[in-house]
Amino acid sequence: MDFLRPTSWAEALEAKAAHPGAVPIAGGTDVMVELNFDRHRPEALLDLNQVTELQQWAEDGTRIRLGAGVTYTRIIEELGDPLPGLAMASRTVGSPQIRNRGTVAGNLGAASPAGDAHPPLLATGAEIRVASTRGTRTLRAEDFYTGVKRNALEPDELIEAVVLEKAKGPQQFAKIGTRNAMVISVAAFAIALDPEAGTVGTGIGSAAPTPRRARDAETFLAGELAAHGLWETRGAIPDSLTREFGERVRRAASPIDDVRGTAAYRLHSLAVMARRTLGWAWADLQNDQRKAS
Amino acid sequence: MSQMSTRTKQPVGAPTSATNTESGRIGDSPLRPDGTLKVTGEFAYASDLWMDDMIWGVTLRSPHPHARIRSIDIGPALATPGVYAVLTADDIPGRNAVGLEFDDQPALATGVVRYQGEPVALVAADHPEIARQAAKKVVVDYELLPVVSDSRAALEPDSPKVHDGGNLVRHLKIRKGDQSVKAPVVVSTDFEVGMQDQAFLGPESGLAVPAEDGGVDLYVATQWLHVDQKQICNVLGLPPEKVRLTLAGVGGAFGGREDLSMHVHACLLAMHTGKPVKMVYNREESFFGHVHRHPARMRFEYGAQPDGRLVYGKAEIIFDGGAYASSTAAVVGNGGTLGMGPYVFPSVTVDCYGVYTNNPPCGAMRGFGCVQAAFAHESLMDELADAVGASRIGVRELNGMTEGAENITGQVIDSAAPVAELIRKVAELPLPPADTGSDLRSMPGGVANTTHGEGVRRGVGYAVTYKNIGFSEGFDDYSTARVRLEVVNHEPVATVHTAAAEVGQGLITIEQQIARTELGVQRVVVHPKDTSVGSGGSTSASRQTYVTGGAVKAACEAVRRTVLARAARTLGAEDLVLDGGKVVSRSGEVLADLVDVLGEVPVEETVEWRHRPTEAIDPETGQGNAHVQYAFSAHRAVVDVDVELGLVKVVALDTAQDVGRALNPAAVIGQIQGGSAQGMGLALMEEIIVSDGHIRNPSFTDYLIPTILDMPPMQIEVLEYADPHAPYGVRGVGEPPTISSGPAVAAAIRQATGLPLRRVPIRPEHIAGLVE
Repeated sequence: MDFLRPTSWAEALEAKAAHPGAVPIAGGTDVMVELNFDRHRPEALLDLNQVTELQQWAEDGTRIRLGAGVTYTRIIEELGDPLPGLAMASRTVGSPQIRNRGTVAGNLGAASPAGDAHPPLLATGAEIRVASTRGTRTLRAEDFYTGVKRNALEPDELIEAVVLEKAKGPQQFAKIGTRNAMVISVAAFAIALDPEAGTVGTGIGSAAPTPRRARDAETFLAGELAAHGLWETRGAIPDSLTREFGERVRRAASPIDDVRGTAAYRLHSLAVMARRTLGWAWADLQNDQRKAS
Repeated sequence: MSQMSTRTKQPVGAPTSATNTESGRIGDSPLRPDGTLKVTGEFAYASDLWMDDMIWGVTLRSPHPHARIRSIDIGPALATPGVYAVLTADDIPGRNAVGLEFDDQPALATGVVRYQGEPVALVAADHPEIARQAAKKVVVDYELLPVVSDSRAALEPDSPKVHDGGNLVRHLKIRKGDQSVKAPVVVSTDFEVGMQDQAFLGPESGLAVPAEDGGVDLYVATQWLHVDQKQICNVLGLPPEKVRLTLAGVGGAFGGREDLSMHVHACLLAMHTGKPVKMVYNREESFFGHVHRHPARMRFEYGAQPDGRLVYGKAEIIFDGGAYASSTAAVVGNGGTLGMGPYVFPSVTVDCYGVYTNNPPCGAMRGFGCVQAAFAHESLMDELADAVGASRIGVRELNGMTEGAENITGQVIDSAAPVAELIRKVAELPLPPADTGSDLRSMPGGVANTTHGEGVRRGVGYAVTYKNIGFSEGFDDYSTARVRLEVVNHEPVATVHTAAAEVGQGLITIEQQIARTELGVQRVVVHPKDTSVGSGGSTSASRQTYVTGGAVKAACEAVRRTVLARAARTLGAEDLVLDGGKVVSRSGEVLADLVDVLGEVPVEETVEWRHRPTEAIDPETGQGNAHVQYAFSAHRAVVDVDVELGLVKVVALDTAQDVGRALNPAAVIGQIQGGSAQGMGLALMEEIIVSDGHIRNPSFTDYLIPTILDMPPMQIEVLEYADPHAPYGVRGVGEPPTISSGPAVAAAIRQATGLPLRRVPIRPEHIAGLVE
């Protein structure tokens, strides 16, 4: 197996073009597990750790451009304010050692439906910038996941960055695991509220072949909040509305039974997480208003 | 020790004598010789063994739980460059049969495979990767056979047979008292326990070195060197003096290393190739490479007076032993004789079965048959309390054994049996605050942020259990110790040599403490554990401090007698003791330096030491003095349960345990903490999920064990009621906490949720009400 070590982004893209079968590796928290279990035997590994520009994040107006090599630990420590949903999800990734090495781009590259970063990326409408020697393109997160452990990358492309809007309102993330730390998600849910635009974003993890949004639930909730004037008044959301939101999130999922949990439990827990996270996000919004007044 | 001279050279990572000069007699907690090394990552585990000319062995395993082997073609594998050998059952020079109690298991499958993961062929190559790739080229033609996967159905007459003799390994019967007695209050329950794994962190590994005398030296992480040696000798067709074992660094055992894993395979490859052969399982292979805790299906019924006093107990327990017997018969022995718990029953009916299936083989694991039954008897005690309107503490105090009580096999408990005191003690410990604060880490679900208090209910549960210590039912349970006292560099030095395995529990430290106490010297060298001294018995059944401790004590006493006789002759004095490297009169007067008394002539004694004999039980009534010692413990668990999502946070797990006498208090606490975590793990998350004979979660990604964020702080009450029959009064410590902690956690969850929850591990979907 070849081990390619480009020292610049241009070199990395050239290496990927020359070796389309090369698997990019940054923290190695996912790739190395697959190799150690002998599940994959790629023709080459493309080590991106020398490409220092990937390890930067930067503000770009209302957005954050998160380099592919930024670790979960840095997201938790440096980006909790502008990217609260992603930071909450990052906190649930593996152990401290794994968070010190693992990256959001690694989650995207593996495209496991259980990746913890996916739900907040979906809920916040994140964009994925991918590049090759042919050029650069931008994909919406929801278009990036194409199947179980499959994504929209062409063989010669690498993930360059994830671009996210700085939070325009409360964001929440919740994840079910059967122990209280270091666990792969049984089901996960993210919500992002944008009170200015009057929109709701959602993301579901581990409950379908790919991470996915609950579009119907988003539209329904945003519409009902508008219809009741709640975006303006920030009054209490009726229980019936919260419940219906949970039901619609549940209906957006299509989980399976596996060793980590049953499909029935996944559906049930999504409805509960959707209700609870909406409640917390709405409470945050109400608190913001109280603070402002 | 002279037998070791046949070895040509030692591998890197082979154990060396423990020679630290810490002080510390019995009752102290000296620093362990392996402690700093383990914390700093410098300890040499068996997987670190190395010889420059070694090659690597791998095992080809059956992908099927039950199949006939039509043919095996090793040609393509053997032709792979870098491969030294490919071996099958045809290459076994001796008897192709191993097993702890019955040798019913082939070292390499012959004719048929009976479980997924059964070893079929071995490959040795100059690189592990080459060996793995070559193993994939071994062509095995399998004809699939019907899979026996249901332990109850396996006992039906029309079930396919796993072995020619049928599917019953053992049926234990207890019939005590009036078998037709009725009671005004009757409670009953069915209970099921899933398959737990020992989940030791150091995978199976060792290094076999062919020796010039035609024998083999095996360095291996194991639990019982001499029972390994016996089995390896059978397979290799060699006498014991040609098969020498040395204990390499062990990364946990918990019963999972009592059976052979790679031991005989590495020896076969080494003998065949003439080269040192190393084998190290990876984590996935480890799940197939050792036995697990028996899953159990149980049906319990208690009859009682209206005040809660027990009239009778009935139990049917079925242990799924999997494809080979391993220690199933002894697990049945424990489950049957101890499975009603530490209570007094005037009448008892027990039927306990161990069965063969095509599931993964099950055998020894910490708690050994008592763990499973404890979930049933403790949940039923709670039901009994509720049925008669008594407190859950009270019903246990009322029925709990006391010293002098008769257990269900008719044996009189002839040392402390403080059941009532233990349960009272845990009940009286301070409870954690009702409000655990807003830190997510204190919530069910932790930082995964599933609740900020919504759906969370508090529950408290109690359990009290007991366990036999040492081997039972007439087994000749002994240990051997060789102790030598000599002058080294003008200083008296004791050397202790036993074959008793240090698996992480701290036995080496205990051996040093005993020698310091008995011989009054500071420097105690512990020789590497190997087969050049007699058997130490198994590091299991919580027995090593008792039995090997007893042997070391007895050997030290024999040495002391010889030394003091020598001193008495020289000094013309009687009634002498050894203390501080001096020969001292009973009144404390220093009469001579030990160094001078010893001079150039070392004193060495070897003692084979036995505890009081036990008896086989009557095959029809189950009556008899089956066990030598009993250890009692109680736990109180406090849990917060998110009843909507089914997630659990154990808030407190407090315990009281009688340890007889704590020879090393820090080690005692460590055993209680670790054992409690392991029991809690079974209640909450630890299960090998098997469907149709296939393991579905052979990884630490999906076989979950508690992390530090799952384990609460513990309040631990250690009682020391010395057992007058045991050396220093010790009582085994390692297993009891694993038995009582899980049932207490399960009881707390039942209390929080109001659900019956008759299966462990309790999964979120059970609490959320999404499973029948």
